Amino acid sequence: MANLKEMMQDHILDRPNSYIGKSVPRPNAKRLLAGRGTFTDDINLPRQSHVAFLRSPYAHAEIVKIDVTSAEASPGVIKIMTGQEMAKICTPWVGVLSHLEGIKSAPQHALAIGKACWQGEPVVAVVAKTRSQAEDAIDLIQVEWNELDVVVDMERALDSDIPVIHDELGDNLTWQRNVDCGDVDAAFKNADHVIEETYISNRHTGVCLETRVIVADYNPGEEQLTVYLSTQCPHMMQNLFAKHLGLEEHKVRIICKDVGGSFGVKVHSYPDEYATAALAYCLKRPVKFTADRLESFTSDIHARDHRINTKIAVSNEGEIQAFEIDDLTGIGPYSVYPRTSGIEVNQVVNLTGGQYKNRNYRAQARVVLQNKSPMCQYRAVGHPVLTLITEGMVDDAARRIGMDPLEIRRKNLIPDDSYPCTAPTGLPFEKLSHHACLEKLAKMLDYDALQKDKREARENGIYRGIGVATFIEVTNPGATFYGIGGAAISAQDGATLRLDAKGNLIVEISVTEQGQGAEAVVAQCAATAMGISLDKVRVITGDTDVTPYGGGTWASRAAAIGGEATVQAGKALKKNIIEVAGIMLQADPATLDIYNNNVVDKSNNTERISLEEVGRICYYRPDTLPKDYQSELVVTRHYVPKQFPFAFTNGVQGCYVEVDTNTGFVKFKKYVVVEDCGTVINPQLVDEQIRGGVIQGLGGALYEECLYNSEGQFLNGTMADYLVPMAVEMPDIEVGHVETPTLESELGAKGAGEAGTGGAPAVIMNAINDALSPLGGKVTRQPFTPERILMAIGKIT
Amino acid sequence: MKPAAFNYKKPSTLTGVLELLRESGEDSNILAGGQSLMPTLNMRLSAPSLLIDINGVDELFGISVTDNTVRIGSMTRHAELEKSSVISEHIPLINAAMPYIAHPAIRNRGTIGGSLALADPAAELPACLCALRGFVEMTSTSATRKVEAKDFFRALYETDLKANEIITAIEIPRYDQNYFSFIDELSRRHGDYAMCGLAFHAKIEEKIISDAQIVFFAVEAKPIIAVTAMRELEGAKISDVSLEVLQGAVGNDLDPFGDLHASATLKLHYAKELIKRAITSGITSG
Ligand SMILES: Cc1cc2nc3c(=O)[nH]c(=O)nc-3n(C[C@H](O)[C@H](O)[C@H](O)COP(=O)(O)OP(=O)(O)OC[C@H]3O[C@@H](n4cnc5c(N)ncnc54)[C@H](O)[C@@H]3O)c2cc1C
Repeated sequence: MANLKEMMQDHILDRPNSYIGKSVPRPNAKRLLAGRGTFTDDINLPRQSHVAFLRSPYAHAEIVKIDVTSAEASPGVIKIMTGQEMAKICTPWVGVLSHLEGIKSAPQHALAIGKACWQGEPVVAVVAKTRSQAEDAIDLIQVEWNELDVVVDMERALDSDIPVIHDELGDNLTWQRNVDCGDVDAAFKNADHVIEETYISNRHTGVCLETRVIVADYNPGEEQLTVYLSTQCPHMMQNLFAKHLGLEEHKVRIICKDVGGSFGVKVHSYPDEYATAALAYCLKRPVKFTADRLESFTSDIHARDHRINTKIAVSNEGEIQAFEIDDLTGIGPYSVYPRTSGIEVNQVVNLTGGQYKNRNYRAQARVVLQNKSPMCQYRAVGHPVLTLITEGMVDDAARRIGMDPLEIRRKNLIPDDSYPCTAPTGLPFEKLSHHACLEKLAKMLDYDALQKDKREARENGIYRGIGVATFIEVTNPGATFYGIGGAAISAQDGATLRLDAKGNLIVEISVTEQGQGAEAVVAQCAATAMGISLDKVRVITGDTDVTPYGGGTWASRAAAIGGEATVQAGKALKKNIIEVAGIMLQADPATLDIYNNNVVDKSNNTERISLEEVGRICYYRPDTLPKDYQSELVVTRHYVPKQFPFAFTNGVQGCYVEVDTNTGFVKFKKYVVVEDCGTVINPQLVDEQIRGGVIQGLGGALYEECLYNSEGQFLNGTMADYLVPMAVEMPDIEVGHVETPTLESELGAKGAGEAGTGGAPAVIMNAINDALSPLGGKVTRQPFTPERILMAIGKIT
Repeated sequence: MKPAAFNYKKPSTLTGVLELLRESGEDSNILAGGQSLMPTLNMRLSAPSLLIDINGVDELFGISVTDNTVRIGSMTRHAELEKSSVISEHIPLINAAMPYIAHPAIRNRGTIGGSLALADPAAELPACLCALRGFVEMTSTSATRKVEAKDFFRALYETDLKANEIITAIEIPRYDQNYFSFIDELSRRHGDYAMCGLAFHAKIEEKIISDAQIVFFAVEAKPIIAVTAMRELEGAKISDVSLEVLQGAVGNDLDPFGDLHASATLKLHYAKELIKRAITSGITSG
């Protein structure tokens, strides 16, 4: 028993003076607020040049001839490069992974060769002394284009009269996946009710305040390529630049300074970024590329363009008996490299209906090519789509049988005491808390009072609606996400902790800071594990020459995976310090602990020796230590989840809206999220992630849409025309927590970065449809614009 | 997104501006608040060889009142119109329009002259000026002339302004206390250009409407004066106005075109909603 007590004393969640669960401010907030951030565009190197790209003005066109003669004579021009020359420096890539069986894509080049496949694809690179000069020269380049027929509408991408974008692929079908679990046919045949519906998720994009920026420099003396990049995954980019430029990986250094939002946009590799690195390599001088806003709209990844036919079977008593979905998604002309454009729909297939007990599930997914910007993973990958359809279907069923939306969920959600278990598709759930979250939500919403208010309002001709949406969310993936399919993307992350000679702690970690507060959370974990105060901790991220090797930030993994690596490194370093302190104090290390920057007597926390003194002796006076003893004040530990492929999180969102049936405008009256991300390391940061995530989800649901005309021309590439959510229209969001720590790690944290986004579209749709239900209308096509709402209730046709 | 190279001059007198304009003609652009011009330069949608900055011309700034009119210098910023007690007292319609125009940062720089010269079909001020039957004063080296607002706006982004002229001021007649102002619009987000808007100005005496001006914006290429609807209201008692008839008249007057954020059908639906709001709010305050 003494042993267990001892173990618990050392458990991270049980430390005295713990920072876990405290809303400590982020170490970088003050610097950023003071305008002293260093974003990649703030980097300016000696002899720096600038590259701008001539991008295809057409969605699909043959490049007949490029004449750069007058452009080359333009002032300040250093180099003009086309696809053929670029291909000699930078090899093409194909965005496929072996675990997405059968996925195919065509070789993609940094600069288009032969033809351009979307409006905005880079075709010619112009390097000049200034960006303005580069743009001046672009205006002088003569390109002879031969416009080709376009594939715009994904519904028609597989039709026989539609051109095949890449002849070598044979057709425009990139990937198809089918699953069939349980006995779906029997379930539908015997069901009391079968409800069919078609949902449309709109193509939108992650609008980062800081656009994509890269400054690349090649030093021929060291044969070293240094790339300053606004990215989520420095080591992945190190691998890719090395691979495609034919360099040794250790001769490529990626430095990621402050990042102004990434949301998945900066987890991919982009042709213009390869081109910039290749140009720096070829010119042997720094080259900068800063995407402008228009370029961002047409060259950043888009996401979530899906049409899904759905079908649900439900009994008179409200038991869900089967789900069936058919998802068609258009991903642009190439599967994006290296993560592929198949993952989004794969999540939809894997997880639709996954929070429910039902075992009968059939899904078909087809991924098709089209001449639009490439589509790939964006915050909450697939979840906004799959939660929209799952919770849309469940509300459809509830409405049909006249059951309360909370009640049908209570009846069908997997019980909180039946874990571990699996989704119908086989994905394992360690432990989730759907019912606890649902009951907490009902309380926070004051559900019964809202129902009453809604009924009363309706008597006065005011249409209010309550929406509820439960969700599951994939976080903390292990190697099954990408590595298993052949991608050089690390599933594990590492933290190096170093005690300096003044008793401060330097943490170098491979997860990255995107503005979400990863560095704050890592500092909390380090300080807690070590027993030192936060002001003594400094966290360094984003430099492949400095930090351990690791995956970076995506799939809500930085805090949980990076945090656990930090905790384990902290515990190991603490052990080393206590060991050397034991020698200095001639005390048994078992009687010592670290508390408040001092090595203390474990029994009563009295100070024995300060960490500063330990540092001083270890570094400056090692001669006073035994000759056969070497102290080690640097420790590295790595962590990767192994027992489960993912740490699933769960939660539920609820909102109350009023729909103006004359204008179709939707006003929020209440918004509540209850989520379970396991151990909450920093409540304020988690709440901010949830709130920001919700807003981004609502953006896609209500406003954001990449609009194209029938020629594949992007129509709304400015911030005036592409509508992102703004503060005035957005709700106040109350956040509640249920904590079910994962037992896989000592920290017990799961991810929190995407849960808000995943659930938001479903909850707003359900709320609107609840409000419209007395009028017999319903919206199923995002964004839920005033116009679509008025059409749904027949106010306009 | 960098502008093509241009020359830049910032004269301190109107004469200086007009001289430069005369010399350079079509090849130059006036820079006022820059809120609309700068993006078009950066996107290389226009590439003038000379930019004439008029922010240093004192005589273009400010608001003054005479017996019959309020005169607003073309460089008067939206923010100043928003704060001005002269405007709120004498031209409440313009004051009420301000919160709908973009956001504070843009209103701090944007000017009334710039707004009228640009003539965005969805802008508030052109419609207000039409509803108030104001005049646009334009000056060249050779002459100064005034044109009534309804004749100033000609087509999509097209006005009566000539290449050698600038807008120097706006003149708006003073109306007596019995005039009622109303502006409302529907936009996707607060501060966006409207999907449909209405500027309304009318005399209401003893609950009788007269001299009504009904001007819709963001429906067609320029502000649309709804003459049939205005006729319906002339001399009518507010309580007798048939909304249905009035909305029918609005339907007659408008032939909207759709844009990215609202179809023609939606715009017409909104126009009818807005005229209803104008009349119902008129009853409460008239
Ligand atoms: C995000 C955003 C949202 C906006 N939303 C709205 C809105 O909701 N409603 C609205 O009405 N406006 C809106 N605007 C436009 C804003 O009001 C502009 O400021 C205004 O339309 C132009 O005024 P400016 O002084 O900035 O003109 P500038 O941008 O300097 O000039 C615009 C044009 O007018 C010409 N010009 C300017 N002054 C004169 C003059 N005195 N004589 C002759 N020509 C002249 C210029 O040469 C140029 O062609 C918005 C702008 C932005 C950036």
